[in-house]
Amino acid sequence: MLKVHRDICGYCGCCVSVCPEGALELIDAYLCVEENCTSCGICAKVCPLGALEVADEK
Amino acid sequence: MKNKYDVLVIGGGPAGALAAKTAVEEGLSACLVEKRPAIGAPVRCAEGIGKEALHEFAEPDPRWISAVMTGASIVAPDGFSMKLESHLAGNKVGYILDRKFFDRELVWKAAEAGADIAIKSRASSPIIEKGHVKGAKIESCGSVKNVTADVVIAADGVESKFSRWCGIDTTVPVREIMSSVQYVMADIDIDPHSTVFYLGNEVAPEGYLWIFPKGERSANVGIGISGKKSGEGHRAKDYLDRFVKKTFPRGKPIEYIAGGVSVCRPLDCTVSDGLIIAGDAARVVDPLTGGGIYNGMYTGRLAAKVATECIGKGDVSKNALMVYDTTWRASKMGKAIERNYHIKEYLIKQPDSKLNEIIHSVSKINLKEFTTLSLIKEIISINPKLMLELGALAASIS
Ligand SMILES: Cc1cc2nc3c(=O)[nH]c(=O)nc-3n(C[C@H](O)[C@H](O)[C@H](O)COP(=O)(O)OP(=O)(O)OC[C@H]3O[C@@H](n4cnc5c(N)ncnc54)[C@H](O)[C@@H]3O)c2cc1C
Ligand code: SF4
Ligand code: SF4
Repeated sequence: MLKVHRDICGYCGCCVSVCPEGALELIDAYLCVEENCTSCGICAKVCPLGALEVADEK
Repeated sequence: MKNKYDVLVIGGGPAGALAAKTAVEEGLSACLVEKRPAIGAPVRCAEGIGKEALHEFAEPDPRWISAVMTGASIVAPDGFSMKLESHLAGNKVGYILDRKFFDRELVWKAAEAGADIAIKSRASSPIIEKGHVKGAKIESCGSVKNVTADVVIAADGVESKFSRWCGIDTTVPVREIMSSVQYVMADIDIDPHSTVFYLGNEVAPEGYLWIFPKGERSANVGIGISGKKSGEGHRAKDYLDRFVKKTFPRGKPIEYIAGGVSVCRPLDCTVSDGLIIAGDAARVVDPLTGGGIYNGMYTGRLAAKVATECIGKGDVSKNALMVYDTTWRASKMGKAIERNYHIKEYLIKQPDSKLNEIIHSVSKINLKEFTTLSLIKEIISINPKLMLELGALAASIS
């Protein structure tokens, strides 16, 4: 599951542009992760601030 | 906001603003929707623009010019600095804008020309009939409305979701996204009239770090690194913080922004039935410099001109709108993108030692024209063997 650390996110849209699934959407300052996210981690890699994390599902 | 317009523009950046303004000037009805509550903020830009490029669209106004540039420096990986100067001493070569005001001014102009503007209004999905884009669903401050249009201009920036919803793959390859961070720093020692670019794998892998002056003791200090090189512990922010700590230990950041800049090739096709894609959304940023303000304004204006023509003729099919795609590709901008893409691909493959060698070969260049092309030409003239390494690309430069 992709976790957004909202205290770190700068709502810049960098992650949105690289997501192959189109699973991210910025609503002004709020980054939404949609259900089609595959937890591939691409977005987490490119985020300039480190606000995204693929967390293990429990 | 009405239910129907000739042209619906998605995004209130430079591309969208020029599209909306041009459309109404050409006699069409147009509405621009911007999802953020304020035009131009937060800034996602280092705000640099060449003199000629800006003059094509606006006369510089002190309200949105932060600083005037007369030169630039490039710092090699080993710390050696090469100075670029304009052929004419004391000549202006470019500006550092204040985009909060610049973007707002562009949208103001569109509004004054007659365009409707809706802020905090997000296009959340396209209206598509028989494969033809007919408008968009707009979520505006809690209400939802279908807005139809003959032509939709998607100028939604680096995210470029609208075109994706219309079936066009706008995904930026990981290695071709510049993962970026920038501080506006106050109280630092800088040359207030010269931009500085730092290259090298230690400083900014497959990207560069910049200092763009905003005043006598203030500057945009930022960095872009390839997404490929980014990861836990070595993100753009880590590199920038390291640099700032070393170079401006007593500087005070007064603004902190992040961003992504695409340095890939433009989309294979930037039109579809009823749809034109402009600016960053079309991936028309200069892949070498990461500059996209001019390219956004240029493609935004062109998109509206082509929309006007096609609406006038009653044909807004992909075929008819294709003039937009072929025109920008054949333009000076389109050719520069193609050429600079190859130069970028060459440069990112060079080890620091090679970059040092190139930069050391020239300590001072006096450019007739302050463009990346004339810089490259100068460098090649001093290092003729580069010509061979650049191979086929060399032909497009000379
Ligand atoms: C860190 C950084 C530094 C840069 N430095 C420079 C520089 O020095 N010089 C230069 O020329 N360029 C620079 N650029 C690039 C430049 O900022 C962009 O190329 C330029 O802003 C592109 O304009 P645009 O209108 O295409 O997109 P944008 O300016 O990004 O505008 C797009 C707008 O669309 C809105 N939007 C998105 N989706 C929707 C939706 N669904 N509904 C409604 N609205 C939507 C967004 O909120 C945004 O306001 C830099 C970029 C970054 C990130
Ligand atoms: S790239 Fe990072 S900072 Fe930017 S919007 Fe995505 S999560 Fe937030
Ligand atoms: S983890 Fe992969 S699929 Fe999920 S949002 Fe990030 S890039 Fe998209």
